[in-house]
Amino acid sequence: MQYTLAHLKRGERAVITDVSSNLIPLKLLEMGCLPGNTVELVQLAPFKDPMYLNINGAHLAIRKETATLVLIEKIADE
Amino acid sequence: MSKQINVALIGNPNTGKTSVFNALTGLNQKVGNYPGITVEKKEGSCKLTNGTKAHIIDLPGTYSLNASSLDESVVIELLLNKNDKDFPDVAVVVADVENLKRNLLIYTQIKNLEIPTILVINMADRMEKKGISLDINALEKELNTKIALISTRKKTGIDNLKALIEDYQSLNTEPCLNVSDIDPDYFKRLSDAFKNQLPYKLWLVITQDVNFGKIERDTFNQVEDFKTKSEADLKKLQQKETIKRYQFINNVLKKGLTVDLSTATDLRIKLDRILTHKVWGYAIFFVILFLMFQAVYEWAGPPTDLIDEAFASLADWVKNTLPAGAFTNLLSDGIIAGVGGVMVFIPPIAFLFLFIALLEESGYMSRVVFLMDNLMKRFGLSGKSVVPLISGNACAIPAVMAARNIENWKERLITILVTPFTTCSARLPVYVIIIALVIPEGSFLGMSYKALTLMGLYIIGFLTAIVSAYILNKILKIKSKSYFVIEMPSYKVPLFKNVAITVLEKTKTFVLEAGKIILAISIILWFLASYGPGENFNNAENIVKTEYPNLDETELDDKVASFKLESSYIGIIGKAIEPAIRPLGYDWKIGIGLVTSFAAREVFVGTLATIYSVGSANDNEDEDTIKSKMAVETHNNGTKVFTLASGISLLLFYAFAMQCMSTLAIVKRETNSWKWPLIQLGAMSGLAYIVALIAYQFLK
Repeated sequence: MQYTLAHLKRGERAVITDVSSNLIPLKLLEMGCLPGNTVELVQLAPFKDPMYLNINGAHLAIRKETATLVLIEKIADE
Repeated sequence: MSKQINVALIGNPNTGKTSVFNALTGLNQKVGNYPGITVEKKEGSCKLTNGTKAHIIDLPGTYSLNASSLDESVVIELLLNKNDKDFPDVAVVVADVENLKRNLLIYTQIKNLEIPTILVINMADRMEKKGISLDINALEKELNTKIALISTRKKTGIDNLKALIEDYQSLNTEPCLNVSDIDPDYFKRLSDAFKNQLPYKLWLVITQDVNFGKIERDTFNQVEDFKTKSEADLKKLQQKETIKRYQFINNVLKKGLTVDLSTATDLRIKLDRILTHKVWGYAIFFVILFLMFQAVYEWAGPPTDLIDEAFASLADWVKNTLPAGAFTNLLSDGIIAGVGGVMVFIPPIAFLFLFIALLEESGYMSRVVFLMDNLMKRFGLSGKSVVPLISGNACAIPAVMAARNIENWKERLITILVTPFTTCSARLPVYVIIIALVIPEGSFLGMSYKALTLMGLYIIGFLTAIVSAYILNKILKIKSKSYFVIEMPSYKVPLFKNVAITVLEKTKTFVLEAGKIILAISIILWFLASYGPGENFNNAENIVKTEYPNLDETELDDKVASFKLESSYIGIIGKAIEPAIRPLGYDWKIGIGLVTSFAAREVFVGTLATIYSVGSANDNEDEDTIKSKMAVETHNNGTKVFTLASGISLLLFYAFAMQCMSTLAIVKRETNSWKWPLIQLGAMSGLAYIVALIAYQFLK
């Protein structure tokens, strides 16, 4: 199964693999959401939207609809 | 020799850019609007040691030169237009030491425009706590620039920055990376078609949807024709460009930045765990909202009363000191009362912005957006709209001003338009007196009918605001990219200087810009109420004396005042609109009240007092006297004026109608046009009329 940021649970970490969807705002890339970066889900608002992320030290909140566009690979718990 | 240079401060939001601006300029700054749009323009000046005057513009915070909002387009428009009088001789890019990587993105873009650029690395005081160390020499070499490492909190490094600005001509203007690398073929064709233009500049013109300076537009139009790639392909290239820039930045930071995580402490994690929590987060936010509401509603009360009384005594003093006459009346009742009417808003504005500045400065406001976004987006509002909507329950003026913190223009406009529906404190005197008059005694579940009615009016106001937002969101066709990517900055202790300047600036803006409109309208209203045509007005005293020969002096004065108001221009207007308000259950006396209370809702009570000739009654008994007068008021046919039907109709009218010139004035200032306040006036008062009409016809 192909995971996206929207699949992350609180405290889970993953590596971003692809952000090439045309629907992803450029601003998200510019703020550090780039392939190869690790991402951690810091906090979820009620209804799991928006999502508060830590992407390689950049702390962002994005809506769930945007999160579904960012492809990831989950990092298994050590 | 004195000469002036233009300095532009550029940088991401939350980098302390405004602190740098405040540190450089102090109070030598002014805030206005960019012509034709509602983006705040902050400029100021400072003297450099060689006597040069630096004219400093604090450009809106932006993450990159790819604009996604009006604020950001302002930055690009200025940087692409060499003929603009503000075009910078030197750009100062402000970065936060904790977010250096992301903050350097825009730096590499500015470098591609070949403008002399200084890099400021701010918040140096936090380096130790975060385990960060920098090799400034290596960074300067890799980034091709001079760096000022400063701390606006500890006030260090500012002099070094000034020296670098002074020496701007020695800066290297070579770009950090070659933008043509992202698609050499395409860029070669571009530069062949448009010789002598910077490739990055051409690239920005192609990819950005912004207005450019008139003079260079011709060149740009040709570039438009050249657009040989689909939007999707261009976007792919922009993504590639961004990735390339980050590769460059990562390489630079490998050489110049080391972070020792073992010494880093993180307050953020602990605070966020509570402040963005599903339960505690909301609980804390509502406590803060409650405090804010209390501040505007209660704490601002005593200073407001003090200002109110001071102006009233000044008006009295002028009246008693200067020779009686038209000029003295204009001065005391028109101008002084009008200025007083502007000044009374200073305490609530100052209190609200004290809170907002603290919330913004500390980084907490982003958490509010995080918590409230899900709910508010359903109504086309921003998470930040909560602040105006709640503070609107105290007073719409500071609330509308608070909407400026909303970045998205459509969300901001909707917030401004619906905020006046919330129940401000000026409605309270009107509500209280009418409820006391028409709502019967009795209780339901332990709450009296009167209290329930008052609560109902508050709820109606808030719901109308929310529903109108929903409707406006559907019908307003405003292009705005409203995707939601919000930075969650680290928590900081607010800088006193920044908070103080914000409060001062907001107050000044209100007094100077909205104030003149309010003053003008209040003088017009004063004139209409103090003058009238013909015998009735000019001879009021004699006419009343003849009609009621046996009155004592106070009673006579009251009767004369009442008769004069009735015969004044405003009285004539009130009578003229009677046919229109009859179906709502009102008579001409209420009509006069409606006209005068356009100045402010609470004026309604005072006007009725004058009309019912109880103007000079003892203050303590004032309300009861008016009430008893109102209770026995009858129409010509002997039926009572204030019944349940007409009372409810009047309550609903005041709940919806835009009866506040000060709100209109501030909406004009905040939307930079008369269009929106006029639409607001028409829509709100139209709605008020229809609802009051239905209520009266249904209940009577």
